[in-house]
Amino acid sequence: NGDIKHRSKRDQKPRLLLMGLKRSGKTSISNVVFRKMTPSDTIFLDTTTTIQKEATHTFMDFQIWDLPGQIDYLDRSFDAESIFGGVGAMIWVLDALDNYMETVGHLTDTVFHLQQSYPSIKYSVFIHKIDCLTEDLRDDTVRDITQRITDDLYDVGLENPPISYHSTSIFDSSIFEAFSKVMQSLVPQLPVLESLLDTIGASCHFEKVYLFDVISKIYIASDTTSVDLRAYELCSDFINIIVDLSEVYGWHQETDFHEGEQLAALQAHGAESYVNNIKGYTLYLREINRNLSFIAISKDPAFDREKSLIDYNVGMLRDTLLKVLDYV
Amino acid sequence: MDNLKTKPAKKKILLMGKSGSGKSSMRSIIFSNFVAKDVRRLGATIDVEHAQFKFLGNLILNLWDCGGQDAFTETYLTSQKSHVFSEVGVLIYVFDTESRQFHSPNSKIDLDTYAHIINALHQYSPHAHVFCLVHKMDLVPNDRRDEFLDNKSILINHYSGGFKNAVRTYGTSIWDQTLYLAWGDIVQCLTPNLDLMRNYLSKLGQATKAEEIVLFERATFLRVTDVTTPTGEENPYSDRFERLSNLIKTFKHSLQMYTGQGASHPFGEFTISCPRFNLVLSRLTPNTYVLVVLPPGGMDLVNTRLNIMGVRDGLAALDQPG
Ligand SMILES: Nc1nc2c(ncn2[C@@H]2O[C@H](COP(=O)(O)OP(=O)(O)OP(=O)(O)O)[C@@H](O)[C@H]2O)c(=O)[nH]1
Ligand SMILES: Nc1nc2c(ncn2[C@@H]2O[C@H](COP(=O)(O)OP(=O)(O)O)[C@@H](O)[C@H]2O)c(=O)[nH]1
Ligand SMILES: [Mg+2]
Repeated sequence: NGDIKHRSKRDQKPRLLLMGLKRSGKTSISNVVFRKMTPSDTIFLDTTTTIQKEATHTFMDFQIWDLPGQIDYLDRSFDAESIFGGVGAMIWVLDALDNYMETVGHLTDTVFHLQQSYPSIKYSVFIHKIDCLTEDLRDDTVRDITQRITDDLYDVGLENPPISYHSTSIFDSSIFEAFSKVMQSLVPQLPVLESLLDTIGASCHFEKVYLFDVISKIYIASDTTSVDLRAYELCSDFINIIVDLSEVYGWHQETDFHEGEQLAALQAHGAESYVNNIKGYTLYLREINRNLSFIAISKDPAFDREKSLIDYNVGMLRDTLLKVLDYV
Repeated sequence: MDNLKTKPAKKKILLMGKSGSGKSSMRSIIFSNFVAKDVRRLGATIDVEHAQFKFLGNLILNLWDCGGQDAFTETYLTSQKSHVFSEVGVLIYVFDTESRQFHSPNSKIDLDTYAHIINALHQYSPHAHVFCLVHKMDLVPNDRRDEFLDNKSILINHYSGGFKNAVRTYGTSIWDQTLYLAWGDIVQCLTPNLDLMRNYLSKLGQATKAEEIVLFERATFLRVTDVTTPTGEENPYSDRFERLSNLIKTFKHSLQMYTGQGASHPFGEFTISCPRFNLVLSRLTPNTYVLVVLPPGGMDLVNTRLNIMGVRDGLAALDQPG
């Protein structure tokens, strides 16, 4: 599809903003997700006072800007264009433990103003530090916050604003799940990817399939069956052990061992891994390129028998994905 | 065939050291499927906690986790002396890196207690193996660890009485793979038939052209034994065996989080093939997993599987009681 190719080549480094009151957890989030900081180490982080710009090197290059909470970005003296021009998505981090009335007002003001000049920005509200709330309080808090924001924006004339809500904590995989959804909103090919993954899921009898960014553990697409945090965690741990084993045993230089053509053939196939007989489940991974891997969970008792057919189908999918994502 | 199989060998292991040094923590991680952050749930051990673990088919580890509070230690050295110290296979003595009383002019210092324990052990079980673990190494800054451990080892050896120059000292932490190195060696010194097992692995290595083969125990993923070719020896990661134990054990936890506990084997076969290496980690006998690392290139999985099956029965017989 020519249109998709054209867009992804031109769109240089989409920008992602992290906003919210100070101490809400913005710096912790970007460090845990993109720098592999241990969650408990975030207590040592200092308050951010200047804009932190971080370029990430994942399946697509983008920048994350961590905006300190105490600056009024809507102030007229501020060069709004330098911050908000070219922004793809904004994450508003809201501390679920705080008295959130103030920040909700701040958030709706910001969305209302930005909608006029930058209507393409997509917003995600992270209702954060959810681990500190008891189970039964969580749903109520999320419902209350969602309702307030929706009401406030309705009052100023914004119906159906482009906002999604996620409850998050850096102490479990919810932050990765939420970040994955935000990143997906920046992938123009998402609908195509999802339908490709749905198709392969059906033809190979997979329970759940993902397209993972290997370094960050963000998934850029999955099949459209319901979200399953445990399946996500399993796949993410599967990548972890493969990465670690590859470090231990990947010390050979590729070129020492292979003739040019043989190496090209191996690389064209892409690394592959699977784990079978996990109480009836099978895990399957196929590398798409340096950044992306296809991962599937199967519950099909015939997996081993049909493996070569599955390999073939996933190989075809891989070729298609490389084209759709503009890598070839 | 005679059906009168002898019972598996039972080995008594004493786990001793000051209260809070981390004995019960390490035991729970190695043998009871705890992950490192779970150990905060453990309370101080009262008196001696006995636990038995089967290792392979032919070894029963009879672990005596001896609560380390002074009052308990006192009784081990007096009224319970012969009960505690006779027929010991291994003594594991745990020192806490954080202890301020390791070696000081005061009276009740760690090394004195250790020396008393060692004397009692020498009196009742002179042929025991002694392992000293300098534990919670994670709390010592990275660049000071080697020096720290060297100093402690010298002092420990000095206080080791009848076991002088025979004690083995390790720096350990529940937060990294060092724990698996120490416990792998501890268990290895009790495992029978190691040479015979290694012969089978060598055969498998020749048949598959593997660079490295490692045999792991099923439940703990501690290394039982291994064979490595000269090419495999070029691997720059000399700590890879304990890293593997740690990695696979962590992965086993992830699998169980998804499927629920209960299966005796967490998985059947795990393969990776990529341009830099190939590997197969597969269930071998009822009590073991085998890791076969093959050189880079196309992998002949069918052939590798057949070869693994070829040594299965021989190895299975070796870890049966008898
Ligand atoms: N930093 C650090 N802490 C550890 C480590 N191992 C254990 N601990 C902590 O040490 C404390 C005491 O651990 P236990 O295993 O209960 O100590 P114990 O030796 O069994 O103590 P007694 O049963 O009283 O003899 C726990 O809070 C653990 O979390 C380690 O490697 N590093
Ligand atoms: N309980 C809990 N604490 C968190 C979470 N995320 C961040 N924190 C803590 O919140 C504090 C403020 O975080 P920081 O990232 O500096 O906030 P920033 O000012 O928005 O960048 C730190 O002490 C973090 O450890 C979370 O998900 N749960
Ligand atoms: Mg204890």
